[in-house]
Amino acid sequence: MIFKKFNIENKKTRDLIPQVATILALLSVIIYFATNAQINMGNRGISFGFGFLNQEASFDITFSMIEYDGSHSYGRAFLVGLLNTILVSVIGIFFATIAGVIVGVSRLSDNYLISKVAEWYVEIFRNIPLILQIFFWYFAALRALPLPENGINFNDISFLTIKGWYVPKFIWTNFNIFLLSIIAAFIAIYFINSYATKQREQFGKQLPTAIISLSTLILVPLITFLFFGVSLTFEYPVLKQLSPTVYTYEGGVSIIPELIALALALSMYTATFIAENVRAGILGVGKGQKEAAASIGLTKNQILKLVVMPQALRIIIPPTTNQYLNLTKNSSLAAAIAYPDIVLVFAGTALMQTGRAIEIISITMLTYLTLSISISIFMNWYNKKMAIKEK
Amino acid sequence: MKSIKTWILVGFASLLLVACGQGGGGAGSKKSKTLDNTKKAGFVKCGVSQGLPGFSNADASGNWSGIDVDVCRAVAAAVLGDADKVKYTPLSAKERFTALTSGEIDVLSRNTTWTLSRDADIGLTFVGVNFYDGQGFMVRKNSGINSVNDFKDGISACTNTGTTTELNMRDFFNSKNIKYEPIAFEKADEVVQAYDAGRCDTYTTDKSGLAAQRTKMSNPDEHKVLPETISKEPLGPVVRQGDSVWEDIVRWSLNTMIEAEEYGVNSSNASSLKDSDNPAIKRLVGAEGELGAAFGLDNDWSLRIIEQVGNYGESYKKHIADTGILPNRGPNELWTKGGILYVPPAR
Repeated sequence: MIFKKFNIENKKTRDLIPQVATILALLSVIIYFATNAQINMGNRGISFGFGFLNQEASFDITFSMIEYDGSHSYGRAFLVGLLNTILVSVIGIFFATIAGVIVGVSRLSDNYLISKVAEWYVEIFRNIPLILQIFFWYFAALRALPLPENGINFNDISFLTIKGWYVPKFIWTNFNIFLLSIIAAFIAIYFINSYATKQREQFGKQLPTAIISLSTLILVPLITFLFFGVSLTFEYPVLKQLSPTVYTYEGGVSIIPELIALALALSMYTATFIAENVRAGILGVGKGQKEAAASIGLTKNQILKLVVMPQALRIIIPPTTNQYLNLTKNSSLAAAIAYPDIVLVFAGTALMQTGRAIEIISITMLTYLTLSISISIFMNWYNKKMAIKEK
Repeated sequence: MKSIKTWILVGFASLLLVACGQGGGGAGSKKSKTLDNTKKAGFVKCGVSQGLPGFSNADASGNWSGIDVDVCRAVAAAVLGDADKVKYTPLSAKERFTALTSGEIDVLSRNTTWTLSRDADIGLTFVGVNFYDGQGFMVRKNSGINSVNDFKDGISACTNTGTTTELNMRDFFNSKNIKYEPIAFEKADEVVQAYDAGRCDTYTTDKSGLAAQRTKMSNPDEHKVLPETISKEPLGPVVRQGDSVWEDIVRWSLNTMIEAEEYGVNSSNASSLKDSDNPAIKRLVGAEGELGAAFGLDNDWSLRIIEQVGNYGESYKKHIADTGILPNRGPNELWTKGGILYVPPAR
């Protein structure tokens, strides 16, 4: 049966041959280099394996979101680096999006000053290499901050100094109950909204969903404070003297200047590209749409929110996904200013301590690949959700 | 999904390309592939630091100098007859071992600490020690910190990544039970900038490095190095594992410089000592024995090293003492003068 189908005259079969040949060629190249690498490594007495991930790392990391010190394994150090990369990417994406939308909309403003400022912002920040901007924020801008003893004081609860931004630490009791209450509130809001949509579509009734949702979100967690023993206290940073002229803060949480500088540089830089995407998206919506909206008496803000933006989003999302991916990958420049991301911690320190270049670089590459693909998948889902639905 | 798979494949392929792009140098037969390649190329491929005064540092016109550089110059003088025939590759702490094992360089002379795991685990061989160092701490003079015993919980310490200093620092603070904030940069220049600006309270690295980097501070007199030494850091040249002839050439090029100082042979008197009464000196200047033949070199290889590069004492004086980095030789004095520099006899 199968041989009967295998016929060179068949167009499908003919199309298949070059593809199979390409894959075979690619495979043989990979196998050739893999064996070559194996032989070379064997000659030079280098072993290959991932057993080192369980060995004790024996180096410390400045900043970690999970419990870590040098007695943990290299595998744990990898996790610390990964979480730090994700942290700075999420913060960067958040602020880049907000700044990008504001600047993009501002560029189209009728106000001469606002549109010119936005234009200059875009032209300056997107045309300077990112690594220089990172150095600028770290070495120039942050260095202008005072030493701890003269820290910028926010009402005695928070201090901004060259050693970092010290903020109060939240100390929860029964945090789990509080978390559950928030999740419960979100589920409730989801049902309220779908009920409201039904009411509107079937009976034309408008329910004040925004107010109901907001009060649910506030009231439900509030109840846990009153009846379920949840409480929150703050630990404030306090100035501590280490020697006659050396000070630091004790208690609270320290947001290290490396994180601030990196997040700032990444979001300022990426915001320029997002701003251009936003501008392109808005300009891409037909003029007739705006005129039609104006003719039925919508205000300028309403036109932007209800008519222009929903259509512009479809143009904006795909290129913005690229920018999110870029930002995540660019966060690897962190190593230059000692922010302990995956490149500095794992592809840097761990690589040098173990000497396992091939293993570590391939793990790091696969990690970035996974991160990027996750962002892509999420943004594709969002893009589909925003696309025109034929009814 | 298809595109993901393709990308993974492409990723692996490019990875492996990097891994084995450089041909196989040096399965250990009697002939030395590295030596042959070096003669063919006409220069020694030497890995140095990205700028550490006294050890390996480039001046404004790109000429490298320092005691680490002199090791490579000695190898070039021995093998190629001209100490200037060296191609220097500046490397970060992170790149150095990969550059060596992949064949991009043939000698790594970059203030590298000799440790068991480096020697045994990653395909490297240390050939000797050209500087006995130890890790120390630098602080601001006005800080009131006069000893490591004055460190308290919460102190922030800057250093380089991927060096033994990062590990020593942890051992030290743990043994003293002090909570500290480690800030590790990739390049030494950035460590200096961050410390200079006040990001960290102390800067820790090898003491020679501290002395050298202090000269780069905006105001060197404001800083001091604490007296304590918290680790042993024997720094020396490294070669790839598996080419024992090349390994011997580099080892004995360094040993020749030290032995020459021991016998009072220097760049100006070397050639006139050919008819010395001391057989050890005669061997050093190539007037007796056939020592070079053991690694396929002519008999004047050691004379050329002494004439073109000088002995260890000359090199130290020129690069480390006269530049004010470490005027006192300390442990790096000859064993005959109270130091620990002691090399096996060249015979």
